Amino acid sequence: MQPRTIRNVLAASVALGLAVTGMASADPVDDELIIDGDLKIVTQAPAPEHLQDVMDTIWSGWHFREDDTRAMQMDDFDNPGMIFVDRGLDRWNASMGTEDKSCASCHEGPESMKGLRAVTPRVDEATGKVMSIEDYVNDCVTTRMGAEALGMTSAPMKDLLALISMQSRGEIVNVAIDGPAAPFWEQGKEMYYTRYGQLEMSCANCHEDNYGLNIRSDHLSQGQINGFPVYRLKDAGLVTARQRFVGCVRDTRAETFGSGSDEFKALELYVASRGNGLAVEGVSVRH
Amino acid sequence: MTIKGILAFAAMGFAGSLAMAEVAPENVAYTDGAIETSLTGTPGDPVAGEKAMTTASLGNCVACHSVTALEAYPFHGTIAPPLDGAPDRWSEAELRGIVANAKMMFDGSFMPAFYKSGPYVRPGDAYTGKAGTEPLPPILSAQQVEDIVAYLMTLKE
Ligand code: HEC
Ligand code: HEC
Repeated sequence: MQPRTIRNVLAASVALGLAVTGMASADPVDDELIIDGDLKIVTQAPAPEHLQDVMDTIWSGWHFREDDTRAMQMDDFDNPGMIFVDRGLDRWNASMGTEDKSCASCHEGPESMKGLRAVTPRVDEATGKVMSIEDYVNDCVTTRMGAEALGMTSAPMKDLLALISMQSRGEIVNVAIDGPAAPFWEQGKEMYYTRYGQLEMSCANCHEDNYGLNIRSDHLSQGQINGFPVYRLKDAGLVTARQRFVGCVRDTRAETFGSGSDEFKALELYVASRGNGLAVEGVSVRH
Repeated sequence: MTIKGILAFAAMGFAGSLAMAEVAPENVAYTDGAIETSLTGTPGDPVAGEKAMTTASLGNCVACHSVTALEAYPFHGTIAPPLDGAPDRWSEAELRGIVANAKMMFDGSFMPAFYKSGPYVRPGDAYTGKAGTEPLPPILSAQQVEDIVAYLMTLKE
């Protein structure tokens, strides 16, 4: 049998006077993110060209959070994520592995990482592999420092990620989607629109079709990752983009992918590119 | 009893009730998105239906829909049309079809199919993130579907 089309149903509902579309109160909050009174962060921008057929404007997840959560990110003293940045600096300077080297031995200060967060994930020219900051960290840890790879979501990895992301705070995300990135970007895009699990939901179902609306008490954002890593009040801890993907796919009652999987690398590249035009937030605060 | 014992016992109970009159998810017949006959032959209980509609691990219908009569349960979603007056718009058979598998009524619907065992893309074992084995147990039992339909039938305006 042919399923009835959605358009018919909507037409019927409208005829019955039902409010089918979103409620004004649930839209992204109109506000500006200015940190410590002087650093303005771009949290709203015209959609990148590849998204323009589905949305006009991209918004950071910051716009979808409550007043007090947004305020925490406007003051570094109140931002609990800054503790991880401090710890990251200690780790940066600490030697590890058989080579007895620290990150600082080769890279000097963390400011040498400025700009990296805005252009990753990217495809490494030498190896042809998709590299996120975590992958670069582990490459150094294993091949140059002679230590065991850090767990993708381990405390030392997250601390370093927080420190390195902070060096690009305020810079505009500009992830390459063409050239060697193209096949990975296509793979990530296909995943973004795949309806996984027993709930048969794709990323797009929640973060493209329904952002601004509420699923129970959750105010759906566009699922942007320019703010990652985020300090999540609910978990009282730092969460990476990959970790968030694991959770969102698991919540569709699906077999999720691993945080270090090639699939999630491709997805991260694609999702990052949906935020081209927003600024890196360094370490953000979400609930 | 050990956990394994309880699970085995529950599975037996489930299989036992299936053996009665219940229609298995893969055998449900949809006509224009509707299911004409009861999935169990046992009339639905609207009180149990209210519970299934508001419990996160069951129907959790209020995650997406608002229902004025269920205001006691906080935080109704704004994703989907309010369900007030649903039986004025849909017959009992249509409501049964929508709850069991809304995609038969609304092509490509965001609404999950609550009485379906597969096939799925990367089916999971409930919310564990681990792989599940198809046919998956449906999210709602046949009787819970009947209970929810019975509750929806009370929402006349
Ligand atoms: C069933 C709905 C649903 C699906 C499907 C879903 N998400 Fe989410 N996602 C949420 C909710 C709810 C939140 C928390 C509120 C928010 O930030 O949007 C969230 C948050 C996020 C965030 C954090 C945003 C921030 O600023 O903190 C990211 C990133 C994200 N999702 C990405 C994804 C990706 C990628 C997929 C697909 C692999 C996906 N989501 C699938 C419901 C969903
Ligand atoms: C994830 C979101 C979601 C959940 C959960 C959900 N629904 Fe729906 N439902 C929808 C959407 C969206 C529609 C509108 C049809 C469409 O566009 O696909 C709908 C349509 C309906 C309709 C017809 C609407 C009307 O009155 O015209 C009924 C009845 C209904 N749902 C009942 C339920 C019941 C009962 C449950 C729980 C067992 C439930 N829904 C759970 C999203 C959802």
